[in-house]
Amino acid sequence: MNLLDIEHLRVDLRSRERRGAPRTVIHDVSLTIAPGEAVGVVGESGSGKSMTVKAVMRLLPRRATVGGTLEFRGTSIPAMPGRDLARFRSQLVSMIYQDPRAHINPLRTIGDFLIEGVVASGQMNRAEALEAACTLLRDVGVNDPQRRLSQYPHQLSGGLLQRMMIVMALLPSPELVLADEPTTALDVTVQSEVMAILTEQIRERSVGLLFITHDLDLAAAVTDSLAVMHAGTVVERGPSADIYAAPRHPYTAALLASRPSPTSVARPVSIPGRPVSAFEAGEGCAFASRCPYAIGQCRTERPEPRTAGTRTVACHRSDELEAVLAEGVRA
Amino acid sequence: MTFIAKKLAAGAATVLASSLIIFLALSRAPGDPVALILGPHATNAERAAMSARLGLTDPVLVRYWHWLTDALHGDFGNSLLYRQPVSGLLGPRLMTTLILVGLSALIAVATGVALGIFGGVTPRARPLVSAVTGVGTALPGFVVSSALISIFAVNLAWFPTFGAGHGFFDQLWHLTLPAIALAMSSAAYVAQMTAAAVNDEAGREHVATATGRGLPRSVVLRRHVLRNAAIPVLTVSGLTAASLVAGSVVVESAFGIDGLGSLLVKSVASKDYPVVNAASLVIVIVFVAVMTVLDISQTALDPRLRERA
Amino acid sequence: MSLEQLTRLPLLAGRLVRPRRRGHADPVLIGCGLICAGLLALALIGPVLTPYPLDQTDILNASQGPSAEHLLGTDSLGRDLLSRLLAGARPSITAPAVIVLASTTLGVIVAVFAAWRGGRVDRVISRMLDVMFTVPGLLVAVIAAAILGTGFWVPVAALTVTYMPYIARIVHSAAIRECRLPYVEACQLAGLSSWRICTRHILRNIAPLAVAQATLAFAWALMDFGAISFLGLGLQPPAAEWGSMVNEGRADLLTGAIWESMTAGVLIVLAAVSFNILGERLAARIGDGS
Repeated sequence: MNLLDIEHLRVDLRSRERRGAPRTVIHDVSLTIAPGEAVGVVGESGSGKSMTVKAVMRLLPRRATVGGTLEFRGTSIPAMPGRDLARFRSQLVSMIYQDPRAHINPLRTIGDFLIEGVVASGQMNRAEALEAACTLLRDVGVNDPQRRLSQYPHQLSGGLLQRMMIVMALLPSPELVLADEPTTALDVTVQSEVMAILTEQIRERSVGLLFITHDLDLAAAVTDSLAVMHAGTVVERGPSADIYAAPRHPYTAALLASRPSPTSVARPVSIPGRPVSAFEAGEGCAFASRCPYAIGQCRTERPEPRTAGTRTVACHRSDELEAVLAEGVRA
Repeated sequence: MTFIAKKLAAGAATVLASSLIIFLALSRAPGDPVALILGPHATNAERAAMSARLGLTDPVLVRYWHWLTDALHGDFGNSLLYRQPVSGLLGPRLMTTLILVGLSALIAVATGVALGIFGGVTPRARPLVSAVTGVGTALPGFVVSSALISIFAVNLAWFPTFGAGHGFFDQLWHLTLPAIALAMSSAAYVAQMTAAAVNDEAGREHVATATGRGLPRSVVLRRHVLRNAAIPVLTVSGLTAASLVAGSVVVESAFGIDGLGSLLVKSVASKDYPVVNAASLVIVIVFVAVMTVLDISQTALDPRLRERA
Repeated sequence: MSLEQLTRLPLLAGRLVRPRRRGHADPVLIGCGLICAGLLALALIGPVLTPYPLDQTDILNASQGPSAEHLLGTDSLGRDLLSRLLAGARPSITAPAVIVLASTTLGVIVAVFAAWRGGRVDRVISRMLDVMFTVPGLLVAVIAAAILGTGFWVPVAALTVTYMPYIARIVHSAAIRECRLPYVEACQLAGLSSWRICTRHILRNIAPLAVAQATLAFAWALMDFGAISFLGLGLQPPAAEWGSMVNEGRADLLTGAIWESMTAGVLIVLAAVSFNILGERLAARIGDGS
C-alpha cells in the first residue's frame, strides 16, 4: 500500500470579501509516494507546491475547500477525526519548513522545541525524549548536544537551526517527511551540507520524503521520482532520472533549458512571459501563453494527464514533441 | 541580579532628575509664598525676615539641595495652606491613592486581558470586541465618573457618592465606583492591544509548526500563542497601570476622594508649592516604580532581552 | 530595551479591524468621518448659533430639564445649556486640533530629521523620545498649570509637548524603513538634494501613517484637555467648555438634575469615539507599513 496517495487534488480559497469569487489555487494534483520513496515536487513560486503540502498536513486556512482524494495508507486525510489527525501529525508525518528562524518559537529553548511533540503525544517521557534528541543531534553532526538543548533559537545560526528542524522532524520516527524548500532560506555555503544531512538520514531510516523545491537539478539528484507543477497542476510525473534526461512536457523542458550552466557562459534560455497562477488560467492549458509549441487546441481545451509506462504527462502534443524536447536537453 | 540593580539605579536617577526639574520649574512660578503666609498687612521687615527664614534668598540650587536632604529625611516642608508638615498630609492620602490605583489596575488588566484573549482567539467575535473597545477607549474617566455617580450612587443608591471611607473594607467599598471609572478606558485599551497581539501571534509561522506537529489546540494556544503574546500584553498592562497613576488625579477630584491626586489639584489651584512639589514627586515615584517593575518583568519573559541585559 | 517595545505598541492600533480593499466603501469610516467633520464645523460656527447670551442667568429657572424655551434645559445658574454647549464647542474642539497639528508637525520633523541623519544623532533623539513617550500628558499639564497658570494655551502647550514624542516615535520607525529603501539611494545618486528627497518622497510616503495616528491622537487630546478643564485648570468661568461643564454639573447630579453633565459628557464621548474609530479605520486601511 502506498504511503501517500493524492488524486485529482483541487483546492479553492473563498474570498475574504463577502461577495468575492473563490480562487482556485490547485487545479489538479496527483502523485503517490511508496514507503521509503523520495518524491520531488518542482515548480516556480506560486505554482501551488506549498499549498499541496499544506493540504496533506491539513494546515490550509479555514476558507479553503478541498476536492479529490488525499489518502495516507489508505485513510482519507480530510476525513480524519480529531484524534487520528493528532496521531497522524504527531507520529506519522513530520514537516520541515523553509525558514527555521520564523518557524521555531523564539521564546522557547531548543530542547523544548525538539521534544515538545513526542512528549505531548505520549510517545516518550521527557528524559527519554531528551536522550533520543541528543543521539539524533550527534547523528546530524551537532557538537555538544547538551549545550544546544538549553540554548535559544536566536543563539544559533540558520544552518544549525535547520538541523534542529530535521532532528525535530525525525524524533517521532515518522513514516513520511514533508520538506518545503528546506534549504532556500539558508546561506549558499551551508545549503548543500544541510541537504546532504537530510537525505542521508531519510535514506538510513527508509522514511518517505516529499521534497518541495524550485531547483530541478537538486530534486533530480535526491529523489526517486518527480512531479513538475505549473499553475496548480502537475504537468509531468515520472522517475527522476527519466524526466531529467528526456522531458516530455514543454514546461519541464523549458525549466531544464533555463538553468544557468556551470560549464558555459551562454545565456540560459529564460521562459517567456510570467508565471501564471492557478486562478488566472482560463479554458485551455495554463502554459499555452508561454509555450513555443502551443497550437489552437492548447488555448481552448485543457489537456488531461495521460499515462504511458512510468510517465504521466498533461500535454496535447507530448507524443509528437518527444523527440524535439529530448533534443533540446541534449543541446 | 546586577541587571535588577542597574534598573533600580536607573529608576532612582529618573526620580532624582524629575525632582530637580520640578523644583526648578516651581521656583520660577509666580506667586509669593511670603505674602501667602503673612497676609497683606505685614511690614517690609517682617517680609524680609520671613524670606530669610524660608531660605528664599539663597541661590536656587542651594535651596534644592536643602530641600532634597530634608526630603530624604521625610521632611517636605510645611504646607502654606494647611499650615502643617507636608509629609503628614501625604501619608494617609498616598495609601488611598495606592488602593484606588491598585484596584483599578486589577480591574483594567483582568477584564482587558480576558476580553482581549477572547477576541484574539475567536475570529467571529472580533468585530464585536473591536467595536466595544473602540468605544471603550474613548470614554474619559471624568465623564464615566459623573455617569456612575448619577446612576449607581444617586439613583440606585448602591454605593456612597463621595469620600474614601475609613478602614480597609469601607475604603474598598467607597473606592469601587471610582476604580471602575478610572479603569474603564484602560480596560478597553488593554483588551484592544491584547486581542491584536494574540491575533498577531496566532498567525505566526512557528504556531503553524506547532499545529502541524499534532499538538492539541489548547497546548498550542497556551505554550506558543499566549506565551509569546504575554510580552506585548505585559507591556500594555504596565503602561496602563502607570497611566492610571496620572488618571487618578481626575477621578479622585470627580468623586471627592481625599487622595494624592486631588491634593495635587487643590494645591495647584491655591499655589501651595511645597505640597505641589512633594505630591507630584510622590506620583512620579509611583509611576517610575511601576515602569521599573514592568522593565524587569519584561526582561524575565524574553530570552532575547535577557541576553542583552 | 523595553521602552522600544513600549513605543511599538501604537502600531497595533487598528489591527483588529479587518482592512477593506481599496475602492470598497467602509460605512463606519464614512460615518465617523462625517461626525468628525461636523464637529469641526461646529467649532467654527457653534458660537454664532447660540439662542441665548452665554452669561444670561435666571436663578428662578435654574437646573431645569428640556423645555420649549430651553431645548436642552438650564444649568445651576439658569443659563441656557444649548447656548453654552454650542459656544463650548469652539475651545473643546479647537484645543485638540491645535495640539494634534502642532505635535504632529513637530513630531514628523523630528522623526524624519533623526531617521535621515542616522548614526549618533538618531540614537540620541530616539532615546530621548523613548523617555518622553512614557511621561503622562495629564500630569505635565497639571504641573504646568501650577507654574504657568490656567487658561487655554497652557494645557494646550503642555499636551503638545507630551504628544509630540508619541507621533514622532511612530513616524520615526516608518521613516527609518523608508530611508533604507533602495530608491532613496537612487535619488541621492541622481543628485537630488536631501531636502527634496525628504519632502518629496519620504514625507509623502509616510504621510498616511502620520494622518491616521494624528486622528487617533485627536481623540486622546480631546479627552485629556477635557480632563484638565474638568479639574478647573483650563479655561476659567464664565467661559463655556465641555469638560468644565461636566464639572459644573456635578453638584446638580446629587439632586438628579443630570442635564448639564450629561449633555456635555455625551458630546465629549461622541467626539472622542468618532475620532478614535476614524483613526483606527484609517490605520487599518494603510497598515503599519511593514
